[in-house]
Amino acid sequence: MTTFLGIPSVGAPVRSSPGVGHLQGSESFPTAARRALGDSQLRSNIGRATTTIRGKRARVVGEVPDWEELREAGRTLKASTMARLPELLGQLEEQVTAAGGTVHWARDAAEANAIVTRLVQATGADEVVKVKSMATQEIGLNEALEAAGISAWETDLAELIVQLGHDLPSHILVPAIHRNRSEIREIFRREMPGLGTELPPDLTDEPRELAMTARRHLRRTFLRAQVAISGANFAVAETGTLSVVESEGNGRMCLTLPRTLITVMGIEKVVPTWQDLEVFLQLLPRSSTGERMNPYTSMWTGVTPGDGPQEVHLVLLDNGRTAVLADEVGREALHCIRCSACLNVCPVYERTGGHAYGSVYPGPIGAVLSPQLTGMTGDAVNDSLPYASSLCGACYDVCPVKIDIPSILVELRAQHVEAAAASGRLPTPEAALMKAAAVSMTSPFRWRLAQRASRLGRLLARGRDGQRRIRSLPPPLSGWTGTRDLPEPPAETFRESWAREGRS
Amino acid sequence: MSAAADGTAAVPDARSEVMARIRSALGEHPPVVEVTRGYRTSGEHRPGAAELLDLLQDRLVDYKAGVTRSTADQVPATVGGLLERLAGGGRVVVPPDLPGDWTAGADVLRDDGALTSAELDRVAGVVTACAVAVAETGTIVLDAGSGQGRRALSLVPDLHVCVVRADQVVQTVPEAVARLEPRRPLTWISGPSATSDIELNRVEGVHGPRTLEVVLVTG
Amino acid sequence: MRIALFVTCLADTLYPSVARATVTVLERLGHEVVFPPGQTCCGQMHVNTGYQADALPVVRHHVEVFEPYDAVVAPSGSCVGSVRHQHARVARRAGDEALARRAEAGAARTYELSELLVDVLGVEDVGASFPHRVTYHPTCHSLRMLRVDDKPLRLLRNVRGLELVELPSAESCCGFGGTFALKNADTSTAMLADKMRHVVGTGAEICTAGDSSCLMHIGGGLSRLRSGVRTLHLAEILAATDDPGAEVAGQTVPVGVVR
Ligand code: SF4
Repeated sequence: MTTFLGIPSVGAPVRSSPGVGHLQGSESFPTAARRALGDSQLRSNIGRATTTIRGKRARVVGEVPDWEELREAGRTLKASTMARLPELLGQLEEQVTAAGGTVHWARDAAEANAIVTRLVQATGADEVVKVKSMATQEIGLNEALEAAGISAWETDLAELIVQLGHDLPSHILVPAIHRNRSEIREIFRREMPGLGTELPPDLTDEPRELAMTARRHLRRTFLRAQVAISGANFAVAETGTLSVVESEGNGRMCLTLPRTLITVMGIEKVVPTWQDLEVFLQLLPRSSTGERMNPYTSMWTGVTPGDGPQEVHLVLLDNGRTAVLADEVGREALHCIRCSACLNVCPVYERTGGHAYGSVYPGPIGAVLSPQLTGMTGDAVNDSLPYASSLCGACYDVCPVKIDIPSILVELRAQHVEAAAASGRLPTPEAALMKAAAVSMTSPFRWRLAQRASRLGRLLARGRDGQRRIRSLPPPLSGWTGTRDLPEPPAETFRESWAREGRS
Repeated sequence: MSAAADGTAAVPDARSEVMARIRSALGEHPPVVEVTRGYRTSGEHRPGAAELLDLLQDRLVDYKAGVTRSTADQVPATVGGLLERLAGGGRVVVPPDLPGDWTAGADVLRDDGALTSAELDRVAGVVTACAVAVAETGTIVLDAGSGQGRRALSLVPDLHVCVVRADQVVQTVPEAVARLEPRRPLTWISGPSATSDIELNRVEGVHGPRTLEVVLVTG
Repeated sequence: MRIALFVTCLADTLYPSVARATVTVLERLGHEVVFPPGQTCCGQMHVNTGYQADALPVVRHHVEVFEPYDAVVAPSGSCVGSVRHQHARVARRAGDEALARRAEAGAARTYELSELLVDVLGVEDVGASFPHRVTYHPTCHSLRMLRVDDKPLRLLRNVRGLELVELPSAESCCGFGGTFALKNADTSTAMLADKMRHVVGTGAEICTAGDSSCLMHIGGGLSRLRSGVRTLHLAEILAATDDPGAEVAGQTVPVGVVR
């Protein structure tokens, strides 16, 4: 379902190369969505989960008196960070290095994977434990390590479910949101015994029992692992401090017990100062799991002698981010702190689930981020994402850093149409229709003619008097009449009756 | 300073190239954005105020942590009672500088820095102090400072007893951030380990300590 | 007050009764309503489908047509949302700062019907009577772009005889979304199905809203299902009175009979 394009970039120095990795599926959103919509189990799993989390989020956000001020601080902090990115990344590198860490830079997925593989190989380890990280999912790190003979164990419960289920993540925060408890039990039953974890024959699908099973399954791995790989939620330029926000303690295990820690982080995750964390640590947990604070947040700065990993690496990843940064409207998508609130409130995501978006970034943020990271290339896959929204605005309302996703969607649609025009892919019937509509809408005379033409619809209306409806139209309007009637156009438009009455 | 990527000697190194891309993306005049901080940077209550202790207790309990109030001289008895009840008299590990009388009477293993993860996995619990606690979010923060030890101690054992002094309790997150030294290894703990990964319902107890007991020291 | 009616292209062409009802309500309250004849459309469909170059002249036309008026009303949250949040952006994107300023000035004088009634005219009881069981769907753009909040509900609560029933999950989108309903017809239909289930579950006779476009979608689905629930624009309910021969909804219809 996901194509993997491992093309290294060797372009002109300042030209940003498109992001590669798990950023694009193989079919357009409407096609993938149609299949997902047919899966009633999936729809009910996602519907139930998003309903739960929406309520929790609303409750804990409601108890914060200065929520709007925090959002505004988050927004301005992110915008200011983007504007100062070279300076802040330089400072971050300096601080991490001074604290005994090593900083690496990667232009794209292939380069990041090569760096991490080399670092793991240098330790002599043939396995790594992983903390859930969007960046490493994006670049397909597990596959790259696997190819080098290194086993990568996902340790987040949802990631574990996805990995054991040979599945793809469908949500930023809870990658297995599309699975319900009994499906999870089946996956555990099928996969864990082969990996050395015996399961009681009477294992139930109680979430608590399933979580305990995961604890037992992973404990030995944590105790023996020599190398851990993580992402980072925040990196403080001022101090070189990295941070991971989590719930289960698998993050702490990975960040504390192994000798070597490799963190892969998108360049946009840097924040200027230590103090800035006071904003994001309030915004993130309430928006993401609907908790006042997540159970565990770890912060580390380089190496602490005698405490935690003694070899610490940070890989700074571009992979299309600088291309997003170049767009004055679209760059706001880089402000995302991956809380997933926009997914949880999105009426489209709620129906289709995450796989329909093709990319590791699903939902509203995915619809604006993925096509910008890969570029809109005219292939109708990621090009279809900006249209995968009714522009209802629910995402903008909940976003803790106030990303105006609807406006970015509208902008990307414009860019998509412009790119199509520039590359000779216009006129399509749609473009011709839009042009004709615009021409009539700039002249009242032509507009009246167009309205009169629409009255031809009266010929199509069927039914008893007063109930006449149009029930069937040719494509593309058949998309409407497949499930919805249209009213019969009235005999007279408003302006005609107004004029007839001699009013002005 | 930064490590070069594999085999890129002939082309610009990744760092210069990414930096150049960023500069070019931002153009000659990147926007100047003023950061607004209109949010609360402190609460209405002084650190240690009775209201805050109540709030902290309420929030901790809400996330399934246990809370016991204690006076300073009652700490050994309180901790002892908790260990007796929850660790079943099993062995507990403590940081090298934990006040000795806090765990008087218990079977104590004092960390010398050489205990392996596997050895830590065999002890029943851990007793630590903390650096600061946030009442509004029900959070305690460990910074590997006095009475807290290295991070593995409070992670691997299944029971964590944490002693919090009243004056360490602040109301808001910004107050805690201001008190902490970022370059120390920090662990923010809000309740026992939990997951929301199954149908987005919270279940307590996964990889971290499944039991968190906070001893709140007043007076 | 002299108020210019921005009829919206959809109401003008397909739902003249909504425009008529808007006029009826405002005139009943003693205001003068004028209809600038040059008007056509706000251009939202073009903007939201990506055709900004085509939208620009439509926006300019709209700005010019309504520039002479002190107050403009439209029976649509979506079209007012476009005027308020998109027009200046479209102009700026095309590098026309002068037009952007004019668009902003025009936007500041343009109101959705419930905003005009409650905020500008200070009226919550428009003297309507409508003895029916009604549920209200807050359309996304009135709710989240304009933040009309509970203004429509306050107006409805003052309609005599009207029994207002709460719509579960009222704030979730009905699935219309303009060309989204065509381009992503399956998803749009799935959203509509849930909305209809909630509407039918209220036991209401009428589902009302402030946007003819969303109502066309919801009503089109309800009609296909032969659910027996009808849709009616907020303006049409506010225009209804119990004066027996009153002209409601543009045609002389007996009170209580709805389209
Ligand atoms: S876009 Fe906003 S709401 Fe969505 S995941 Fe990112 S930060 Fe959260």
